[in-house]
Amino acid sequence: MRAWVPTILRGFLLLLLIAFLVSPGSFEPLLKPLVQPNAPAIYNQGSLLSLTLLHLRTVFIATLAATIIAVLLAILVTRPFGAEFLALSRSLVNIGQTFPPVAVLALAVPAVGFGEKPTLIALFLYGLLPIFENTLTALTNLPRSVMEAARGSGMTPVQRLIQVELPLSLPVVVAGIRLSVVISLATATIGSTVAAKTLGEVIIAGLQSNNLAFVLQGGLIVGALAVLIYDGLSAVEAMIARRTGAA
Amino acid sequence: MRVQFDKLGIVIALLAVYGGLWASFATLKPNRIVQGKAEAMLQSLPAWAGWGLIGVLVLATAAALFRTSPWIKLLAAVAALAALTLSIGHAATFLTPAGNTYARVSPASGFWILLFAFALLAADAITRLDPPPAMRVLFLVVAAAAIGTLLMSGSWNGLSIMKEYSGRADVFWVEAGKHVELALGSLFAAVLVGLPLGILCHRVAPLRDGVLNTLNLVQTIPSIALFGLLIAPLGWIAANVPGAAAIGIRGIGGAPAFVALFLYSLLPVVANTVVGLAGVPRAANDAARGIGMTGWQRLFKIEFPLALPVILTAIRIVLVQNIGMATIAALIGGGGFGVFVFQGIGQTAMDLVLLGAVPTVALAFASAVVLDALIEMNSRVPNGARSA
Repeated sequence: MRAWVPTILRGFLLLLLIAFLVSPGSFEPLLKPLVQPNAPAIYNQGSLLSLTLLHLRTVFIATLAATIIAVLLAILVTRPFGAEFLALSRSLVNIGQTFPPVAVLALAVPAVGFGEKPTLIALFLYGLLPIFENTLTALTNLPRSVMEAARGSGMTPVQRLIQVELPLSLPVVVAGIRLSVVISLATATIGSTVAAKTLGEVIIAGLQSNNLAFVLQGGLIVGALAVLIYDGLSAVEAMIARRTGAA
Repeated sequence: MRVQFDKLGIVIALLAVYGGLWASFATLKPNRIVQGKAEAMLQSLPAWAGWGLIGVLVLATAAALFRTSPWIKLLAAVAALAALTLSIGHAATFLTPAGNTYARVSPASGFWILLFAFALLAADAITRLDPPPAMRVLFLVVAAAAIGTLLMSGSWNGLSIMKEYSGRADVFWVEAGKHVELALGSLFAAVLVGLPLGILCHRVAPLRDGVLNTLNLVQTIPSIALFGLLIAPLGWIAANVPGAAAIGIRGIGGAPAFVALFLYSLLPVVANTVVGLAGVPRAANDAARGIGMTGWQRLFKIEFPLALPVILTAIRIVLVQNIGMATIAALIGGGGFGVFVFQGIGQTAMDLVLLGAVPTVALAFASAVVLDALIEMNSRVPNGARSA
């Protein structure tokens, strides 16, 4: 009986999120107690729905680009041609993770200006690391017996990569994407300090006008998105793992 | 004999050629916020210094390009980095018109590309040398001392970022103190609470999922929102709990930032304590039980030392994360290096942004190196014990 409780809870969270985004006005009585009598309780400088969609779009573009580049780089350094770069790429990933997102964001501004671009760059760089790390771990820890069987059956290196190595690594790669998306969802809010259109706008407007309801709704929408996407990708990961396990 | 090229060396050489020949080296701006005029390397330095720098860079690139000992590569990288940092300071003095106090000189893209290229060479050389942890810390100390000497010597004083600093030297150190206080203080509080909580979760299995799931949920709330959300409850506490205001609890400022960083830090500490304790080999525990150790003795003498590397890893994650996130505290008046970053963004004064961002990155990097070394030193103990 208990197995389906989390699924019901997630479904409920999703419905709540959709209801709030489609008709924020109907939730006004809930948020009203948090603000001064004459202040607005629902964000009124733009549509929450369109900000949410823009937020998701930014995260999606950055994660897509990060996934492509990270997987290609991981493939490169695990081939004989790129083996020289393997150790270095590991330490670079380590060093890269010490760069705070705000610093990356702020440092990207002089190069590309204000708006969505610096946010995309920061999210891209930040998203690269978990995906690269996971892909690398997956590709370097494949079961030896399987690899030898593939080699023994006369597969070319390219065939081995596409038919054996990548499918087997996929669940771990998806786990990396999942981590990266959750980090990006939260980091994208900081993008609004450099004028990117994300849900951070709602939170920052709340901080500036001392409006707790704004901060709460911005924060909760991002939190709900993160939980839902995290769970969704976990399900995808489990599905792929089951399939490759069965194959 | 065929000459063998180093693949990374080719990448570095390409970067160096682009950064040195095509991209500009320094930018001269009439004042701190307008667009400036970019100058190439030979235009931004007196002839002797310009050609000297080019000579050093060519030699270093050659060392990168051919397969040689990592020590030679490291030496070449250090020489190139030193020449670059000294030159950019010199370029500032050279480019600034005499007596003009408004003009600003800042490094341009070519400088950053060259810096990146030779930092890459240094990173590669250090990775290949694979120095023991103590040596890595020594490298860090030497690098810090070199940068410190450079800053003290005043050779960078003409640079824009140093002009931003000299205008607010007092504030800089106050905010630096606040930044470290926030990052370290919340880490300390998280360890103080998280360790016992982790031990409790390890011993009382039914607690585990609930606590970890709750802490996981906290992580999904974006930092700026969590900072903001804590303003109200802390403000309420300050107003209604006697003595709370006296110890510095306030709705805005450092307190909500501190609590938010503390909450974010709890998950890694608790989760890794649980994982670390769960990873203690059963045999070790059985042996300890067999020689009559009590539960507490086993915890402190067996389980805890064996779990230490995993717990230290959590501390590394938390410290690096806190140093980065403490910059956001500035948005709610909590101080820290973020003050300069956000002021700089507001005034579109990028050198001010650098004044906030560079120390943050340096601090996070240094902590990562030190803690990585600590982790490695501590994980050797059980291995040694096993082989003995």
